[in-house]
Amino acid sequence: MKTIDLSTATVRDLNQALHAQAIDNEWRVTHSNGKHNLAVGVNQAVSIDIEGHAGYYCAGMNQQASITVHGNVGVGCAENMMSGSVRVKGSASQAAGATAHGGLLVIEGDAGARCGISMKGIDIVVGGSIGHMSCFMGQAGRLVVCGDAGDALGDSLYETHIYVKGTVESLGSDCVEKEMRSEHLHELQELLDRAGFAHRAADFKRYGSARQLYNFKVDNASAY
Amino acid sequence: MCGIVGLYLKNPRLEPQLGQLFEPMLQAMTDRGPDSAGFAIYGDEVADGWVKLTLQATTEAFDWKALMGELEGRLGCSLDWFQNASAAVLKIHADEAPVRQALAELAPSVRIMSAGQSIEILKGMGLPQEISQRFGLAGMQGSHIIGHTRMATESAVTMEGSHPFSTGADLCLVHNGSLSNHFRLRQELKREGIHFETDNDTEVAAGYLTWRLQQGDSLKEALDHALEDLDGFFTFAIGTRNGFAVIRDPIACKPAILAETDDYVAMASEYQALSSLPGIENARIWEPAPATLYIWERQSA
Repeated sequence: MKTIDLSTATVRDLNQALHAQAIDNEWRVTHSNGKHNLAVGVNQAVSIDIEGHAGYYCAGMNQQASITVHGNVGVGCAENMMSGSVRVKGSASQAAGATAHGGLLVIEGDAGARCGISMKGIDIVVGGSIGHMSCFMGQAGRLVVCGDAGDALGDSLYETHIYVKGTVESLGSDCVEKEMRSEHLHELQELLDRAGFAHRAADFKRYGSARQLYNFKVDNASAY
Repeated sequence: MCGIVGLYLKNPRLEPQLGQLFEPMLQAMTDRGPDSAGFAIYGDEVADGWVKLTLQATTEAFDWKALMGELEGRLGCSLDWFQNASAAVLKIHADEAPVRQALAELAPSVRIMSAGQSIEILKGMGLPQEISQRFGLAGMQGSHIIGHTRMATESAVTMEGSHPFSTGADLCLVHNGSLSNHFRLRQELKREGIHFETDNDTEVAAGYLTWRLQQGDSLKEALDHALEDLDGFFTFAIGTRNGFAVIRDPIACKPAILAETDDYVAMASEYQALSSLPGIENARIWEPAPATLYIWERQSA
């Protein structure tokens, strides 16, 4: 176990150490105090515990690492994650998991606006509620919300699967409620179990794209 | 980009430490606003019938003593004052309007930053650390304070263009964001008799609130109208005589975080600015919802 104390070391010290090749498997970061860009761009199968609140872009671009934040995170947590996992024990500000291609992001508290915006394959499981414009232009991956969703959920959605247990304030353009088939119950239960939440998949509703907005329509061919 | 910070003390025993608690909050937002900074502090209230004004001269060498002598002679009423760097705080047993009139005639270069019974606004160009040292922030006492660190995007970097902006007696505004309809709104407000000193968009928001309050709106009504009439991005913190308020636009892309303990309510653009507060590790911390007014006020003094 290697400990980096951010009351004495800089964020650059931390990230450069995490990027180095010959490193320990377990890391602990103390006195994070809401600093930005913690554990960004890691590309090692290591475990990192951040013992406090983190600022913007925490665990951004993560590959392989499993990162736990014992506190809240600011804007853009796990943005553009490729693989690995990120767990936030507190709540997340806006744009959590934005544009991310893979891996698992678990937020035990709430997530703010634009959670999973333009997500491209990540799985996001939120224990609480999410803010407005979440999953805007979501392309692939799964977004699971155990609480409620804010305004305009899934606006201009592509193929992300969205599951919400509570209420949805409003659905965005081209996002509709869909039938929950057995394969969906199965993938949702597997995600809930993996995230460590004791919810039943059957209590959720599924939302997805009506596919009216992004498909090319032959009726419009004359417009081009 | 700009930084906003606010601290409202629920526990009066902390009042002697207000400046000391607040200085690291303001300085933590240097990355968000290195070109100017300012704060509005509330405390040291004057009695009814008196008014307190914060004045700014263009230089620290300004002859305040001479001006105060002339003012006393002109208005024939008792006054008290002290200098703080290029600013002076004037407490005078008179109505605000004749004092403004007399100051405009006696010292046209002096600008009135704030007026009321409690508020003092101090601001200027430079790093937040320079501003807080210039005015001795760490030694200040009071019940609540809001501050701003500025990274100008749409108007000149000047003392006048820095925040907070006064919006009426004991009221002020700090802003993170940018307004897109401020030009048109400025023209409309000018026709309503609101006076502007800069091309700054936040001054238009401040002028708008001044106008709504003059029309008889409560603070809540004025801010509800602002949500309708201001187009653009904003997180506002508003200082009032008895407390402070926070509101974000419906898109809410400008950050804000709130923290509350038994001793205080604190607000900042980023959590970093709250991390120096005592007991923050056990505070209730949350992000204010879009288009929602949060207000904390103590019983009127």
